[in-house]
Amino acid sequence: MDWWPLLWSIIKALLIVVFVLANAFLIWVERKIAGRFQRRLGPMRVGRPHGWAQTFADLIKLLSKEDVVPGTAEKWLFLLAPIVAFLPALLVYMVIPFGPTWVVNDLNIGVIFISAVTSFSVLSFFMSGWGSNNKYSVMGAFRAAAQLMSYEVPLVLSMIAVVMLAGSLSLNDIVKAQSIPFVVLQPLGFLTFFIAAVAELNRTPFDLAEAESELVAGYNTEYSGMRWAFFFLSEYANTVSASAIMATLFFGGWRGFLLPLPPVVWFLIKTYIFVFIIMWVRWTLPRVRIDQLLNLGWKLLLPVALLNIAWTGLLGLVFKI
Amino acid sequence: MTDTMHLNMGPQHPSTHGVLRLMVEVDGERILSAKPDIGYLHRCFEKTAEGLTYPQVLPYTDRTDYVAAMTNEFAYVLAAEKLLGLEVPARAQFIRVIMAELQRMANHLVWFGTFALDMAAVTPFLYAFRDREKILDLFERASGARLTYSYYRIGGVRKDIDAEFVRMAREFLDYFENQVLPEYHRLLTGNRIFELRTQGTGYISPEQVFAYGLSGPMARGSGVAWDIRKNEPYSSYDRFDFEMALATGGDNYARYTVRIKEMAESARIIRQALDGLPEGEVMGKVPRVLKPPAGEVYVRIEAPKGELGVFIVSDGSTKPYRLKWRAPSFSNLQVTEAATRGEKVADLVVTVGSIDVVLGEVDR
Repeated sequence: MDWWPLLWSIIKALLIVVFVLANAFLIWVERKIAGRFQRRLGPMRVGRPHGWAQTFADLIKLLSKEDVVPGTAEKWLFLLAPIVAFLPALLVYMVIPFGPTWVVNDLNIGVIFISAVTSFSVLSFFMSGWGSNNKYSVMGAFRAAAQLMSYEVPLVLSMIAVVMLAGSLSLNDIVKAQSIPFVVLQPLGFLTFFIAAVAELNRTPFDLAEAESELVAGYNTEYSGMRWAFFFLSEYANTVSASAIMATLFFGGWRGFLLPLPPVVWFLIKTYIFVFIIMWVRWTLPRVRIDQLLNLGWKLLLPVALLNIAWTGLLGLVFKI
Repeated sequence: MTDTMHLNMGPQHPSTHGVLRLMVEVDGERILSAKPDIGYLHRCFEKTAEGLTYPQVLPYTDRTDYVAAMTNEFAYVLAAEKLLGLEVPARAQFIRVIMAELQRMANHLVWFGTFALDMAAVTPFLYAFRDREKILDLFERASGARLTYSYYRIGGVRKDIDAEFVRMAREFLDYFENQVLPEYHRLLTGNRIFELRTQGTGYISPEQVFAYGLSGPMARGSGVAWDIRKNEPYSSYDRFDFEMALATGGDNYARYTVRIKEMAESARIIRQALDGLPEGEVMGKVPRVLKPPAGEVYVRIEAPKGELGVFIVSDGSTKPYRLKWRAPSFSNLQVTEAATRGEKVADLVVTVGSIDVVLGEVDR
């Protein structure tokens, strides 16, 4: 019997886990970036130069914290929610092509898989919000559930337009089809996708489910220690995967231009540029209100996404792309 | 019909500006009523004052509105001087105005930062505190303290300001007018999300301004032209040329524009005061023991948050028989319920932020 395929897929899966955990470094990166935006230095003390070991210090602190489960909480929901949050964040990486051959499993329904898995995270918000038995948490949970549809629909519709251009649901095929990056052909689709993706990530200006100034910490108010860290980690993992999907669908993924760099380097450069932009947005904008987000989703993003599909159809009809 | 939910916002909550508790009744996200519950920071200031001599009361006034300590002292010394019939030298009066207007700017900077923070815009908060730091440096140079100054004295001010202070103040004003204000406008004013959040929320009608006894930027944001510096000039305010910041919107955005405009006007006043600073003493002729005649006096000034009134009853002894502190935050806070009824939970936070409460002053 040939053991290689099995061994190979285990190695690939482990690499993905390492990659996701390495993104914990983004905690430090974001704090430095936030510091720069706010005319301060950010973490400087733990590790020289520039406090690079801050993430480890954070991690040790979180690990050594007491594991608190509120007495009135729904115990199983409460305990399961962080895991449910973290799993889809990991699963998305399964279909993302880091390079022409660097993909764990190039599913022929990659795009559908992504949209199915990412909307999973709302389930964990709701579990934690309901399970905590806290009024702020449950308000955060309801917000998360209410806003889900408003951004999920435009998100999927803008992905459909990409699929129409590429003629395939596999992400690797989509990258191969981009002799011109799709952002050039459908800038509207990209903008819709970007806004909806930030909303999906629950980051400012759309962090309604967390909303520190209103709901204390929203759905994760009652969490502390490593359970809280899992929410935090999955947020960063989701940020990177959303950026990776943006790079893949609209900016040619691992395809390079001008410089002869390895495909994986191109992919990572594009991805982290989007990570930076998402952080930039977070430290610049105030938060929208729940009704304003719903209005934005249904009255603006949805028509624009539909328009984009019509435009893509026209492109296909006229130019036979 | 769904059940409504009672939500206790505070006293421990990230955006209740201290220890304010709001008893909120919500129907989903909609607010049915929001009643402020106060008293968590009550320190018996008024009663304590009855056991202290007139000069001894002064440091306590710092601790009412601790974000704007200078103006508290201003109101108190004006009241005590009126009671005692004391004359204040012209130079001291100018210095008092300089300090009061710097304090107004510092107060509005703190407000600007926390107001943005209530909408999750963290960056303006740190910018505002960076700039407030420069004002605190000025205060430190003049009085030696950075938060509770005890700089005003009955009869004048404690210490004269030196040439270095004047230079630093001018430098700060240049920096403020040329860099800070344009930067804030770029950062927040034109932001579409900021406009969506503030325009049309927390509406207060001019009638409500009178009904609730609102004052300061709360009144001027609703189009009520009431600025005690203009309407009843005290100290030397009648000698300066400045405009009353006024907006007619009555919503959170109107109050925002009023306060931003006020900072610019304060800078104008300070410039004029620095230019025309008279020479001479900074303390008038004050007897060693302050023993005012029996009687009562009410003095009000335009504090950064509104009308700050001090009512003192004297029985002819060295201690006030009764001292009443009419705090602007206390009166302004009452309007919370009327201004937020029917709005969203998110608006409640913004509207309470726009009232600019300091709980040290509400509870005293």
